[in-house]
Amino acid sequence: MLKIKNLRTAINGKEILKGIDLEVKPGEVHAIMGPNGSGKSTLASVLAGRDIYDILEGKVSFEGDDLLELAPEDRARKGIFLGFQYPIEIPGVSMASFLKTAVNEHRKFKGLAPLSASDFLKLMREKKELVEIDSNLTNRSVNEGFSGGEKKKNEIFQMALLEPRLSILDETDSGLDIDALRIVANGVNKLKNKDNATILITHYQRLLDYIVPDFVHVLYNGRIVKTGTKELALELEEKGYDWIKKEADMKLNGEEVKI
Amino acid sequence: MSDLQDDILNEVTSREYKYGFVSDIDTETIPKGLNEDVVRLISKKKNEPEFMLEFRLKAFRHWQNMKAPKWAHLQIPEIDYQDIIYYAAPRLQAKYASLDEIDPELKATFDKLGIPLDEQKHLSGVAVDAVIDSISVKTTFKETLAELGIIFCSMSEAVQEYPDLVKKYLGTVVPYTDNYFAALNSAVFSDGSFCYIPKGVRCPMELSTYFRINAANSGQFERTLLIADDEAYVSYLEGCTAPMRDENQLHAAVVELIALERAEIKYSTVQNWYPGDKNGKGGIFNFVTKRGICKGNYSKISWTQVETGSAITWKYPSCILRGDNSVGEFYSVAVTNNHQQADTGTKMTHIGKNSRSRIVSKGISAGKSNNSYRGLVKVMKNAENSRNFSQCDSLLLGSKCGAHTFPYIEVENKSSMIEHEATTSKIGEDQIFYCNQRGISTEDAVGLIVNGYVREVINQLPMEFAVEAQKLLQISLEGSVG
Ligand SMILES: Nc1ncnc2c1ncn2[C@@H]1O[C@H](COP(=O)(O)OP(=O)(O)O)[C@@H](O)[C@H]1O
Ligand SMILES: [Mg+2]
Repeated sequence: MLKIKNLRTAINGKEILKGIDLEVKPGEVHAIMGPNGSGKSTLASVLAGRDIYDILEGKVSFEGDDLLELAPEDRARKGIFLGFQYPIEIPGVSMASFLKTAVNEHRKFKGLAPLSASDFLKLMREKKELVEIDSNLTNRSVNEGFSGGEKKKNEIFQMALLEPRLSILDETDSGLDIDALRIVANGVNKLKNKDNATILITHYQRLLDYIVPDFVHVLYNGRIVKTGTKELALELEEKGYDWIKKEADMKLNGEEVKI
Repeated sequence: MSDLQDDILNEVTSREYKYGFVSDIDTETIPKGLNEDVVRLISKKKNEPEFMLEFRLKAFRHWQNMKAPKWAHLQIPEIDYQDIIYYAAPRLQAKYASLDEIDPELKATFDKLGIPLDEQKHLSGVAVDAVIDSISVKTTFKETLAELGIIFCSMSEAVQEYPDLVKKYLGTVVPYTDNYFAALNSAVFSDGSFCYIPKGVRCPMELSTYFRINAANSGQFERTLLIADDEAYVSYLEGCTAPMRDENQLHAAVVELIALERAEIKYSTVQNWYPGDKNGKGGIFNFVTKRGICKGNYSKISWTQVETGSAITWKYPSCILRGDNSVGEFYSVAVTNNHQQADTGTKMTHIGKNSRSRIVSKGISAGKSNNSYRGLVKVMKNAENSRNFSQCDSLLLGSKCGAHTFPYIEVENKSSMIEHEATTSKIGEDQIFYCNQRGISTEDAVGLIVNGYVREVINQLPMEFAVEAQKLLQISLEGSVG
């Protein structure tokens, strides 16, 4: 489904991703962990098509398309969903009109007729229940004045409406209390099936108690320095990142010496 | 970051002005230039009574001694008033008795503009007075309105048929001494609409005037006079377009509204004059004086404007709140793009007790344009307990445009209350990306955000025109942010 090969990107002349390789297959859940500033959000944004990054090298294919060639809205329509670490507020634009536009753009892309107002309301109601989101939120402006938890739930709500093939959830668990965490995790689990895939970017092992990943990757200093199963997450929880950093730095120095 | 914005801003500039075509209509014009003889000639062509000629001559003599205003926030090239044609009219065969007699090209022009002159074809009963260059070509639904005693006709016709009403009210709200362009208009005005709603009558349909400048090198100086007698109500709409031409064309209109006791006038404008090309060449200079007086107690005047066109707009629809408990409103969306300049706003003069006014101004600037709000709220000594609320918002698309707000307040009565709020915002790239990530294209994202921003104003427009205005906004801003 998604194949990333030696992806290197920079921002303002500073290299952030220094050669990422990753393959995600349908039905899989990948967790990406790693210390602050290691490039997790950068990877998510680059995949979604934010164009403030320079692509230095590498290839990304998604369902056979050269992903890096596609406009961000086309990536979204082809099924890439990004749950933002910091969801954006859009004052004056109601959630309802925003979502209706989004849903209908997805439908248009698939050659389907736009939903009528009543069908759309029905769909919203159905998906709202899934994430136990407050009914009033959809009458408000997009993310405006939402609490941190509401913003995160709202991201999952949108994911539920758009039914993506690949969801990239960037620290959707951060700042959530245990109830909200359970709701968010439930939402993700319910939407999961054998045809779609999820990349969970997270700091905390606790999310992985609810959503069991097939793979856990550690991103450090722009590289995936370790890949394992959910046991790796537990190990990280216990021992922190220092041992990984040390291991990675040593390896890197060793390689550099070799060259 | 700003690279992307610039790219998209450049894209805007390549958009086409949809109404820029020129029609090949048989047109009668008089030679360029302005002097007393020209004023007399215009009056004579229109077969006007003596009082009208007197009015014009007084205005002309006054204008000759005036100087063009010094512009605060506009850069206006010198206008050569001798290089303008002051009268251009589609050649009419006497008077059109029926639609069949109208020049087919003229009819086609209005069809192309989406303004069918054919009454049968008309949407949900909007009576239209269509003005092309200097002349009103057709007023629809006249008979229907006449049954209610409503007079809706061209100004030229009113001067002939209802001279007493014209004499009584013309120039009482905007005297020719008011300003440079009002004086000029008073001297040479060509045509426009006249409307009188008798006591106690609610006008059952929207009245509408459609202005079109077609002839080259000509100015358009229309004059509109609208009177709502006691307890009358009318909703009035005005639309405008012009062909794309390299030279600037002058549009200097005067609109006067008079609301008597408990009368209400709602005046809406969707202005889409040709704004000039992306390099700022050509376009209409729109210097308009619009003013209404709430003469009677409990009367109300409400201005709503959506301004997207013109190279330069200078316009302050205003209300004189003379009656006690009278209400004045001003709702405005002004969009500027490329090299357009707009200096627009309102003046609310509170004279009557308990008079109230509300100002909602939404400026949108894109490209290299400049958008200014200029407003004056003036409370006179006797205006006990008067209230004003002003909200002036600016939205910037891109980094090369400007927005300015000049709210002036003069209060001579202590019991009055005035509130003013202002905001300036930008459409953020992160907002656009968020929309993109949900499958919404950048253009649609701008549309969503702009529609949200202007909703309060657009909601004031009659339904069909709200839809029209929304489309127009979208076109004006096509691709203007990234
Ligand atoms: N606009 C920017 N300009 C310069 N550096 C940036 C910019 N955005 C992010 N970075 C840097 O990129 C690195 C990776 O950031 P990020 O992807 O947000 O990390 P993570 O999500 O893993 O915490 C950090 O060192 C951060 O400071
Ligand atoms: Mg991050």
